[in-house]
Amino acid sequence: MQILGHFNYWIFIILMMCGFYMVIASDNLIKKLVGLGIFQTSVFILYISMGKITGGTAPIVIDKAVVYSNPLPHVLILTAIVVGVATTSLGLALVVRIQEAYGTIEADEILAQDRDDSL
Amino acid sequence: MAAIRLRDLFAVVMLFGIYSFVSASLFVVLDAVDVAFTEASVGAGVSTVFMLGALALTTSKEKPKSARKTLLPLLAVTITGLALVYGTWDIPAYGDPANPIHHHVVQRFIEDSPREIGIPNIVTSVLASYRGYDTLGETTVVFTAAIGVLLLIGGARRPSSGRDNAG
Repeated sequence: MQILGHFNYWIFIILMMCGFYMVIASDNLIKKLVGLGIFQTSVFILYISMGKITGGTAPIVIDKAVVYSNPLPHVLILTAIVVGVATTSLGLALVVRIQEAYGTIEADEILAQDRDDSL
Repeated sequence: MAAIRLRDLFAVVMLFGIYSFVSASLFVVLDAVDVAFTEASVGAGVSTVFMLGALALTTSKEKPKSARKTLLPLLAVTITGLALVYGTWDIPAYGDPANPIHHHVVQRFIEDSPREIGIPNIVTSVLASYRGYDTLGETTVVFTAAIGVLLLIGGARRPSSGRDNAG
């Protein structure tokens, strides 16, 4: 019982670490952004699962309902999703510009080109 | 997530879209219907379209790399993950109505918002009324990001395509 009670947190940790690994281990900039998106969604899952009450219903007022799940995390995550898409699109625009300037979107090749330029 | 090992960026982006959609259905199960709507439309829809657009403008193949470089990130990720699992021992269990998160301002939102705002959906009334400044800030961020994208991509198109300042 006590062990299964933390199941949602472990799912969140596994997903978050997948995203984290993708961000730090891959050199491709678009893959890094996808990893960042996975990281982000795992945080959403953490918040939403904290707001859930066993036996509760969605926080829309109806006569029959007794317990509502916590609406506050829902509001925060609604904002976070939209902001997340805005930042992701800004990152993708930067990637497109990097591709135009360097001809590649691999981080190590970009660093190598920078090193050659500074010599 | 097998998306880490794939080299084909198109497949990675498609998997990301599927992942967003699955998490949206998870939000429905967790009673967050408004969040599920947003995640399915904005997360799975719009951001996948943006990523496909970026792929079209760049390249859809990732270069292969040596196995040596994956060891250190794997180590860092494992250590961080174990530290986080250790941190969950003190966190209250899932779905318990006695959790501290359910005992602050939320009770007031649930009891008073239908009378004060007049909308049955509590999420909407909190979003638009009690925390309206958050939403204003969110709109500012989205506006700034839109300006940034237009400056970055829209400005670059002109010299490379050889057009004059016609538009």
